[in-house]
Amino acid sequence: MAIKVDPRCRYTKTHEWVRVEGDYGYVGITDFAQQQLSDIVYVEVPEIGDTFSKGEVFGVVESVKAASDCYLPVAGEIVAVNEELEDSPDLVNRDPYGDGWFVKILIEDPEELNDLMKPEAYRQYAERALQEGGH
Amino acid sequence: MTYVPHTAAERRQMLDRIGVQSVEDLFSVVPERYRFPEVILPKPLSELEIMAELREMSESNMDTQHAACFLGAGAYNHYIPSVVDHILSRSEFYTAYTPYQPEVSQGTLQSIFEYQSMICALTKMDVCNASHYDGATAMAEAVIMAHSVARGKRRKVVIAPTVHPEYRQTVRTYTQGMGLTVTGDETLENDLEALVNLVDEDTACLIVQNPDFLGRVHDLSGVADAVHAKKALLVIACDPISLGLYKAPGDWDADIALGEGQPLGSPLSFGGPYLGFFACKEEYVRRMAGRLVGQTVDTQGRRGFVLTLATREQHIRRERATSNICTNQGLNALAAAVYLAALGRCGLARVAQLCYHKAHYAAQAISVLDAYDVDLATPFFKEFIVRCPKPVAEINRGLLDYEIIGGYDLGQVYPELEQHMLLCVTEMNSAAQIADLVEALEEVAHD
Repeated sequence: MAIKVDPRCRYTKTHEWVRVEGDYGYVGITDFAQQQLSDIVYVEVPEIGDTFSKGEVFGVVESVKAASDCYLPVAGEIVAVNEELEDSPDLVNRDPYGDGWFVKILIEDPEELNDLMKPEAYRQYAERALQEGGH
Repeated sequence: MTYVPHTAAERRQMLDRIGVQSVEDLFSVVPERYRFPEVILPKPLSELEIMAELREMSESNMDTQHAACFLGAGAYNHYIPSVVDHILSRSEFYTAYTPYQPEVSQGTLQSIFEYQSMICALTKMDVCNASHYDGATAMAEAVIMAHSVARGKRRKVVIAPTVHPEYRQTVRTYTQGMGLTVTGDETLENDLEALVNLVDEDTACLIVQNPDFLGRVHDLSGVADAVHAKKALLVIACDPISLGLYKAPGDWDADIALGEGQPLGSPLSFGGPYLGFFACKEEYVRRMAGRLVGQTVDTQGRRGFVLTLATREQHIRRERATSNICTNQGLNALAAAVYLAALGRCGLARVAQLCYHKAHYAAQAISVLDAYDVDLATPFFKEFIVRCPKPVAEINRGLLDYEIIGGYDLGQVYPELEQHMLLCVTEMNSAAQIADLVEALEEVAHD
């Protein structure tokens, strides 16, 4: 199955994305990540007001296969969480870059965005990971 | 089939590789006189003779079959219906380890599921796991879980001084290195109100025991509200037998309920193996340690059982698992399930009532003795405090002459309760035994 990427996002090596809107960023996991995890049954999100540094664990995504940590792509404060995921975790499978977002953050340092992969670089990275037998 | 781990040639090869002549040389660091000591054994006996000798040796033990037992303090002498051992003795159950390929072990899973369901009904909690080693480790897991619910941000644990002293020790042992502060149990003067006041924004949980270690029953009204107002969890440890008579942890709005399951069909057995039961509110199920069996249907709609939330366990989540406990006390949990099924709702209530009435009868009778004091004003279940005229160890030595196993010496853990004994009375203690105890206490006081 082909790996979809969203041209508006930046990506981490741990398969999270961030989509910047002004001072804020929406964060979720990539299409590749949801394919690897298969059916997602639960998403554990942080509390509003929590702050995390770049690369820190901010949540857990649980599928029928595994429970995996999610790392924040850039440092920031949680300003909103996707409440829909509590009842419909499958949104992550159906629409990983849209309705399946995890958290909205206030980005602390926009400079950190430069460390992330651009869409095409991530697609190649994920395809390599797929050829090497998953992540 | 003989199991041969390696051949003589392979052994030679290994010895040559490390430059040693013989296997014996490997033990050269052990002083020679200890290396191959002569073991002096008596001459061989026939099976008949050995059985006679072992029986004679075993008869020098004192046990609860031959002595009246008034010792409790966390391990209780209750009657075990014969059906419990009958089911336990089935090899399908007693040879099975915790299921590692769980779904092929439908019988084992069903028995665990039934155990979980009955513990939920008893504690009035939403979910119950497949069990822990004992009450003490279940409490330690509760602390780790409360810390995890608070996402590791709350570092204080308030624990009542009247929680079983060994449980408190176990909590400290399990959580060392986690940077937690365990407090509240420094003095018996810390009552419920004082403990609730210790709960603050940095507190992960408040742990109370009810009936407490001293046997006393508390009204926990308002405790959960106060604890929840600080966004901390309320953990209640309890004696499962007491739930036949008193309000359950769920009635007090506890977030986690746990306790020692030994009273439910497991023998005293020198302190183990016992059973830690552990139940919580559904909202915290993903933080719960241990294994959880769920009921579902197969592709043809037939009832079946599965291990749920297994992705949180250590074989998948490694060091980030909710706990390193993936096993359970299967046989003891089964004993608890059979015990509860055999007694039923009314039977369990009857056991609790018998304990209550016999304990109160004994307390009343002992309070009449001039040399002893019993606090009859504070509500208690099956254990009560007796102030003794001399050190408890002396009283207990005296009681043994009357073939009576006396109570727990509270001075061991509470300096302020020097010369105070915790006596336990269950349905196993007959009126005659209680009369003997009262008489013996009187005699021992004047020896």
